[in-house]
Amino acid sequence: MICSLSNFKKAAPSRALLNIEGRFPEPGDYLIHVCDQCGVCAEVCPVEAISEKNGVYIIDPDECIGCYICVDECPHQVMIRLKEKNIAAKCISCGECVEICPRDALSFAENLQDTGGVK
Amino acid sequence: MMYGYAGSILRINLTTSTITREALPEKLCDDFIGGRGFVAKTLYDELPPGIDPLSEENLFIIATGPLMGHFLPASGKTHFGSKSPATGGYADSNMGGHFGPELKYAGYDMLILTGKTPEPSYLFIEDDKIEIRPALEYWGQGSLSVEEILKTDLGERFQILTIGPAGENLVKFACISHDFGRQAGRTGIGAVLGSKNIKAIAVRGTGDLPVYDVDAALAKGKEAFKKVFEKPGFKGWTPEGTAGITDWVNEVGAFPAKNFQTSHINHSRKINGEKILEKIKITDKGCYCCPTPCGKYGHTKTRLGSAYFEGPEFETISLFGGSCLLESIEEVSYANYLCDELGIDTISGASVAAFTMECYEKNLITKEEIGMDIKFGDLASIVYLLEIMSLRKDLGDLLCQGVKTASEKIGQGSQKFAIHVKGLEWTGYECRNAPSMMLAYMTADIGAHHNRAWVLGHDVVGAATNVHDLITAGGSGEKRSRAVVDAKESAKHVISSQHLRPAFDLIGCCRLQMMELGFETEYYAQLYTLITGKKITWDDLIDVSEKVWHLTRMISAREIDNFGRRFDYPPARFYEEPVPSGPNKGCFISLEDIEMLLDEYYKARGWDKNGIPTNETLERVGLGWLNTGD
Repeated sequence: MICSLSNFKKAAPSRALLNIEGRFPEPGDYLIHVCDQCGVCAEVCPVEAISEKNGVYIIDPDECIGCYICVDECPHQVMIRLKEKNIAAKCISCGECVEICPRDALSFAENLQDTGGVK
Repeated sequence: MMYGYAGSILRINLTTSTITREALPEKLCDDFIGGRGFVAKTLYDELPPGIDPLSEENLFIIATGPLMGHFLPASGKTHFGSKSPATGGYADSNMGGHFGPELKYAGYDMLILTGKTPEPSYLFIEDDKIEIRPALEYWGQGSLSVEEILKTDLGERFQILTIGPAGENLVKFACISHDFGRQAGRTGIGAVLGSKNIKAIAVRGTGDLPVYDVDAALAKGKEAFKKVFEKPGFKGWTPEGTAGITDWVNEVGAFPAKNFQTSHINHSRKINGEKILEKIKITDKGCYCCPTPCGKYGHTKTRLGSAYFEGPEFETISLFGGSCLLESIEEVSYANYLCDELGIDTISGASVAAFTMECYEKNLITKEEIGMDIKFGDLASIVYLLEIMSLRKDLGDLLCQGVKTASEKIGQGSQKFAIHVKGLEWTGYECRNAPSMMLAYMTADIGAHHNRAWVLGHDVVGAATNVHDLITAGGSGEKRSRAVVDAKESAKHVISSQHLRPAFDLIGCCRLQMMELGFETEYYAQLYTLITGKKITWDDLIDVSEKVWHLTRMISAREIDNFGRRFDYPPARFYEEPVPSGPNKGCFISLEDIEMLLDEYYKARGWDKNGIPTNETLERVGLGWLNTGD
């Protein structure tokens, strides 16, 4: 919820740029799907709308053509379609989720893909 | 535009397959806030008086609240309402998990079902797409099993609620299950869904909720979470959750033992929160936006079987471990799992089993009638009883009616130890040395339930305090002195708690942050104002909570023949039999004191001697329209 509120000013968890998957009844745990700034989105973008800056991949909304190839190809499935703007959206490592997580289950990685990604 | 709410009510007539969406009336929101308030007002207005709770005419309501699904601690309590199959009166029941928030994201603050589908069905809701789908293939299967199937078929992001065989078979304490371990357990709400031929409801919402001041609400929400993180109970209470109170309740002699024959057990350390962490838990499991996950998801293994399941929470521990005398956490857990899969409320299921075992011990029913040689502390006996009651097999056809009806039929003095109020089985606190808590059970609007008022702290330490502080302060240590009955004080504490705790049921949030950790209520009022754009104070919310309390009483008065004072008495065991052993040996609350407690309570409430709100009281709390019929 904090992700969609912080990034889109919307109370809409469907816009969250991370996903917590419950695996029940067996094995009874949660998988955290979160962007590790791997850069696959930039590789597959046909118009080079996604570029890396300080270890974080950022989408240029003026360049994005809304083809959503990046959304489909994201290895963690944590990019979304912003249909009202016809652009894709992704994690910008703002850190809001890390700050609010009551369990310290999320943290910034030191050397994850040599980026500042959340793990 | 109405902020905070989704803005719509979804109505489905299951008989005619008519689906309608209507605007949520702003006056309903202003006057009754949401959740339990919506349930009470809707039942009063729309329930045809005097109907059979299991007939097509009964309403099945799911209600959310204005703060539900928003960014604040534990904003995911979903409310259900109906005319109760268990009591014949007002019913609501709530559960945690993620269902209510998802319903709001789909666009609906309330879902109201009437009628009955011709064949077993389930409801599919994905934003605007609403379908009544066939469910014959799921009929007869367990609650947890069907949730797993639907999650696999529809996708993990769908939120699912289901009933089990008990709900299908109209067992009067059938529950609704969700999220592999969350239940709306009480009042037989699962039987109402079963009577409508609805096996499950699946919902997925991708919309957003309008927020009046997004930036300020986000900042205040963060502040609220951080405030919770700072509470000592955040790290002290969360690990064991509600099970953490087990030893304390036993030490102060308020633990139900052997169908409430006594109030202390010798094996509490074998079934407490520590044992859950040691033997059962795989992961903590939280509800929507909850920073203090009290759910302990785990696995249990017994000689009769093994299972993945969630729980057990304190009530289940006290009733299966105490009232039924199961002596290991694995066995308590297995009984918990079985109730979840069969779709039985663990509280009532355990209470009916304990009542039956006492009847058998006293030779009031025979082995032939039961079909098995049953005894306290024996898991096989309890498994057998849970199965026959959920399937209505043999004696189970009587037991599935609950202890009130079963004791009336069995007779021979069994009514004295049928532990219920108004037809709803008593939850996990023995009260013969706890007059305020006794009064809380007697006057809870749905029957003998603890969540309307929890005042054991007043009885034991003479003050209201959050549970974490109470536990860490330790038990009484030695034999407690006998509580002095001060009816006026008890009435004051009970009424205050009956307004405070159900106020959370209006806004759609879990009360445990406040009750267990001492989180400040002012945050809810501030967030309500920032999210809805309407100024409100916590005292204003308490006023609405009081209004709803009188309204639910009026609903029961309308629906139950000769309703009044005689429906507020505890079972005779509590005023005739002194506690035979343990810290409270010799304690009981006399019938004279019971009468005094009721007199003072009614007086403080503004009700007449028979426990019915007076016209002046209704006028004072804003329910004058009940007098005039407007």
